[in-house]
Amino acid sequence: MNNRKQSLAVCLLLTIALGVWPSVILAGSIEEQTHLLAAELRCPVCQNLSVADSPSEMAIQMREVIFEKLKNGESPEQIRGYFVSRYGEWILLAPTRKGFNWIAWLLPFVVILVGAGIIILRIRRAIGRGHGPNADASHPLDPSYTSQLEAELKESER
Amino acid sequence: MATWKKLSLLLSIIPLLLLLAYGFKTNPRDVPSPLVGHQAPPFALSMFDGSSNSLEALRGKVVVLNFWASWCYPACYEEAPHLEAAWQTYRDRGVMVIGVDMQDRDTEAKAFIERLKLSFPNGPDPQGKISIDYGIYGVPETFFIRKDGTIHYKHVGALDAKLLKAKIEEML
Repeated sequence: MNNRKQSLAVCLLLTIALGVWPSVILAGSIEEQTHLLAAELRCPVCQNLSVADSPSEMAIQMREVIFEKLKNGESPEQIRGYFVSRYGEWILLAPTRKGFNWIAWLLPFVVILVGAGIIILRIRRAIGRGHGPNADASHPLDPSYTSQLEAELKESER
Repeated sequence: MATWKKLSLLLSIIPLLLLLAYGFKTNPRDVPSPLVGHQAPPFALSMFDGSSNSLEALRGKVVVLNFWASWCYPACYEEAPHLEAAWQTYRDRGVMVIGVDMQDRDTEAKAFIERLKLSFPNGPDPQGKISIDYGIYGVPETFFIRKDGTIHYKHVGALDAKLLKAKIEEML
């Protein structure tokens, strides 16, 4: 039993290692790093396209600049800083997490939380009233409405 | 609906409307260049006439650095005669006009220079390195560089004679 468990564990580890290894190599390659960095930058001559996705000449040249800088040993942070120093923060598709930019990062979560809070509050109130407004036993039905309903039910049974 | 509910709805809509109004009023191409007020990125350019030029060699001169392309119609065609006129007027007063041709073919670029009879130096930026170094979005764009090498002003779009004269005079 123990041998079986051990061989299973070895198989599992091998599968993970073989599956992860190529992607680890790829993530570390200059090409992959160029693509990752280009995906963070806005193409200046396109409409809402990243430098990685754009087929424009400008984007191709920007990818070449990124590739060359990485090859020369510059870090992704330095390259990001280079493009920001040339184009401003506008060039980054995701704003940096500082100062006023925090609003862009936090506002969606605040809106979701507030929305969820309102929904929970409304559900709680509805439960408190007795499973919805129609189940409110404190207000008996109108007698004329009850007799009309009974008459219509009898009519339908015929 | 209760008054406080109406009020809170209104209060939440007003900032959104103000944000939208601000967004619609702003020209998306009008992104201020972080380079203005700072040292101009150094460049070396091989001109179409075989000569070469660099910012370093032009230190002490006012530089009008214009980015253009032959396919940029009509803006580049409209402003080129004004650049040529400024070059003729100010070249003896220590002003250098330089054209950087980007994302273009040499034959078309040379035809553009010939057609518009441009005598100020023009050179290609085949790998786009100078254009990216100057944070160019499109053509035409022009940088006005002071004698000390700092960027005085950046203009997006076609230049006219009045603006060219005003900006050069400010730097002299």
